[in-house]
Amino acid sequence: MQTIRKFAAASMLAALSAGSTAQADGTVEVLHWWTSGGEAKAVGTLKEAFEAQGGTWNDSPIAGGGGDAAMTALRARVVAGNPPTAVQLKGPGIQEWAQQGALNDVQAVADAEDWDAVLPPVLAEIMKYDGDYVAAPVNIHRVDWMWANPEALAKAGISEMPTTWDEFNAAADKLMAAGITPLAHGGQPWQDATLFEDVVLGVGGADFYRAALVDLDQEALTSDTMVAAFDQLRKLRGYVDPNFPGRDWNLATAMVMRGEAAFQIMGDWAKGEFLAAGKVPGEDFLCAPTPGAGFVLNSDSFTFFKVSGDDNLKGQQVLASLIMSPDFQKTFNLAKGSIPARTDVPLDDFDVCAKKSHADLLAAIENDSLVPSMAHEMAIPRSVRGEFLDLVTEFFNSEMSSEDAVQRLSEAVARAM
Amino acid sequence: MSDSAPFTLRAGRWLERRLPQIVVSPLFALSLFFVYGFILWTAYISMTPSGIMPVYDFIGLDQYARLWATPRWYVAIKNLFLFSALFIGIAMVMGIFLAILLDQRVRAEGLIRTIYLYPMALSFIVTGTVWKWILNPGLGIERFMREAGWENFTFDWLVNSDYAIYTLVIAAVWQSSGYAMALFLAGLRSVDDEILKAAAVDGASPWKTYTSIVLPILRPVFLSTVIILAHLAIKSFDLVIALTGGGPGYATDMPATFMYSFAFQRSELGVAAASATMMLMTIVAIIVPYLYSELRKTGQ
Repeated sequence: MQTIRKFAAASMLAALSAGSTAQADGTVEVLHWWTSGGEAKAVGTLKEAFEAQGGTWNDSPIAGGGGDAAMTALRARVVAGNPPTAVQLKGPGIQEWAQQGALNDVQAVADAEDWDAVLPPVLAEIMKYDGDYVAAPVNIHRVDWMWANPEALAKAGISEMPTTWDEFNAAADKLMAAGITPLAHGGQPWQDATLFEDVVLGVGGADFYRAALVDLDQEALTSDTMVAAFDQLRKLRGYVDPNFPGRDWNLATAMVMRGEAAFQIMGDWAKGEFLAAGKVPGEDFLCAPTPGAGFVLNSDSFTFFKVSGDDNLKGQQVLASLIMSPDFQKTFNLAKGSIPARTDVPLDDFDVCAKKSHADLLAAIENDSLVPSMAHEMAIPRSVRGEFLDLVTEFFNSEMSSEDAVQRLSEAVARAM
Repeated sequence: MSDSAPFTLRAGRWLERRLPQIVVSPLFALSLFFVYGFILWTAYISMTPSGIMPVYDFIGLDQYARLWATPRWYVAIKNLFLFSALFIGIAMVMGIFLAILLDQRVRAEGLIRTIYLYPMALSFIVTGTVWKWILNPGLGIERFMREAGWENFTFDWLVNSDYAIYTLVIAAVWQSSGYAMALFLAGLRSVDDEILKAAAVDGASPWKTYTSIVLPILRPVFLSTVIILAHLAIKSFDLVIALTGGGPGYATDMPATFMYSFAFQRSELGVAAASATMMLMTIVAIIVPYLYSELRKTGQ
C-alpha cells in the first residue's frame, strides 16, 4: 500500500513537473488569519516573493475570532498528520507546539544567514526551541505607544506629550476640565491588559516588568510596586468615557482622530488607522512612548511545522530565508505599519513614528529594557495570560481595591501554573 | 415450488417487522458514536492534563479542583441560573398573556400572531447586535431620551457590570416570548369548548376559568415550553457573544462562553472539558427529575 501511494505521488509529481518547472523551488501551504485590509496586502507581498522564486504557494487563510478559528483548524490538521508548512503563530505558543514535537527547525538557514546577529536577542529566544530556530519573525510591533490629537491637547493648554504618569494625570485632569475625554479606550480584556502592562513598565521599570509579567515571580506580583501600578490603572479608569465597554480599538482610535478624546494607549497598529484616514504623523496626530523607560515588544512570526517530502521541506527552507530577507521585511512592514524584525534594515521609506520606534528599539537592546508583551501573547503561556486578563479586566470594571487585586492576581497565577 | 411461497411470505413478514429497525440503525449508530461517544471522550479529557492538544494521562479530578477555584466559573454559573430563571419565567408569562389576549377572537389575528412570532425568525446574533445598539448609552435609548429633553435619564445597564446580565434577559425574552405565545395559543385552541361553556353555566368568572380549568389542562404545553426555553437558555452562547461579548469584564460570562474561552483561547482543554462535564451534569440534574415527574403524571 505504502509503495503504491509513493508510486502514485511520484508519478503525479512527474506529471506536474512535466507541465511546468515551478516545482523547482518547493511548495508551501501557509495558514494565517491576515484577511483584512493592510494585513492581507502584507501577506500578499510574501506570496508574490515566494512565487517569484518559482515556488508554489497554497494560501490557507482562516478568518475569525482573532486566530481562534485558525488554531482549531491547526489542531485538527496536526492530529490528522497533515500540518501546513508554516503557520502564523507567535510567542510561547511556539514553545507549546514544539513540546508536542510538531515543529521542524530551520537552523540550517539561520546559520547560513546568521539570524542571531540581526535579531534582538529577546526576540530570537522566543523563535528558538532547544537552541534551534523553529520560527521566523516578520515584524516588530511596539505596544507601549501613546497616540494623541494635538488640537485637543492645545484646547486644554497642553504643549508637551507627558513623560511621566504624574504628568499624564495632570494633563488628563486639564482635559477633563476642558470637556474632552482624556483617554480613548475600548473595554475588551486584551485592551485593558495592554493598558496594564504599559503602566507596569512605566511604574516599575523593565526589571520589575520582567520579574512580574515574564518570570511570574510571586514576590514581585505582591509587591508595593504592583499595588502602585494598579493604583495608576484605577486613575486611568477615571479618564475613560462611560461608554467604553466592548468598544473595538479602532473605534477608540477614531475618537482621537475626531478630537473627542485626546490620548489613546495602543500598539502601533493604531498608526495604520490614522494613516488610512489620510492623517500625517507629527501634524494631525502625535506619537510618543507611554511614560517609562523601555520597549514592550510584540512580534508576528511564522512557525514551521513538521512537513515531510523533499518538495515541502525545500519550500519550508526557502520560505524561512525569504521571510528574513531585508527586502521582504521592508515591503511587508511598510504595508502593515510595524517595523522590520531585523535591526539592520534601513528605514528611509518609513514614517517618523516607525523611525522613533526603531531608534528606541536599538536603545532598549543596548540598556536591556526590551521586554516581551504579556497582553499580546509574547511573554507567558496562554493559560496564565488568560488569568491576567480576567483579573485586570475585572479590576477595571469594578471597584476592587489595588491590594485585593494584587492578592487575587498572585493566587490566580499560582493556580494557572 | 410449493414451499417457496410460504418462505417468501415469511421473509416478507420478517422484513416488514424489521425494516424500521434496519432503516433507523445506521442513524442510531452514528448518534451513539458522535453524541454519546464524544460525551464520554470529553468526560475522560476532563481527567487528563490536556493543554493545547489532548493527552491521555489520567490525573483524577485535578482539573475540577482548578475549575472550582476559578472565580470566573462562579460568575458563569450564577449568570446561568439567574438568566435561565428570569428568561424562562418572563417568556412564559408573556407567552400566556399574549396567547390569552389573542384567544379572545380579535380581528386580524393572523397578522398580529405573525408579528409576535417574527423575532423568532432572527438568529440570536442579529437580535444581540440590534439590542446592543438600542441599549448602548451613547447610541440608543439613553441618548434618545436625553435629546428629547430628559437630561438626567440614565439607562446604562449594558455597560454596568451589575446589570449587564439583565440586558441579556431583555433581548432573549423579546426574541422568544412570541414563540411561547404560539405554543400556548395552540394549547388554548385545543381546549374543548364544552368545558368552557359548562364553566360559564356554573357561573365561573373568566379569571377562575383560566386559573382552575384552562391552565391545568395546558400542563403538557408547559412541559414542552419549559424544555424548549431551557435548552435555549443553556445554549445561550451566540446572544452573549453578540450583545455583550461576555463583558463588561467577564460580568456576563456563561458556562458556554467560559468553556469556549478556555478551550480555544487559552489552550486549557482539560479545564474546558471539566466545565463541559459540569454543564452536562447540571442539565441532567434539573431535567431528569422534571421529566420523570411530568411523564409519570401524564402516564406516558
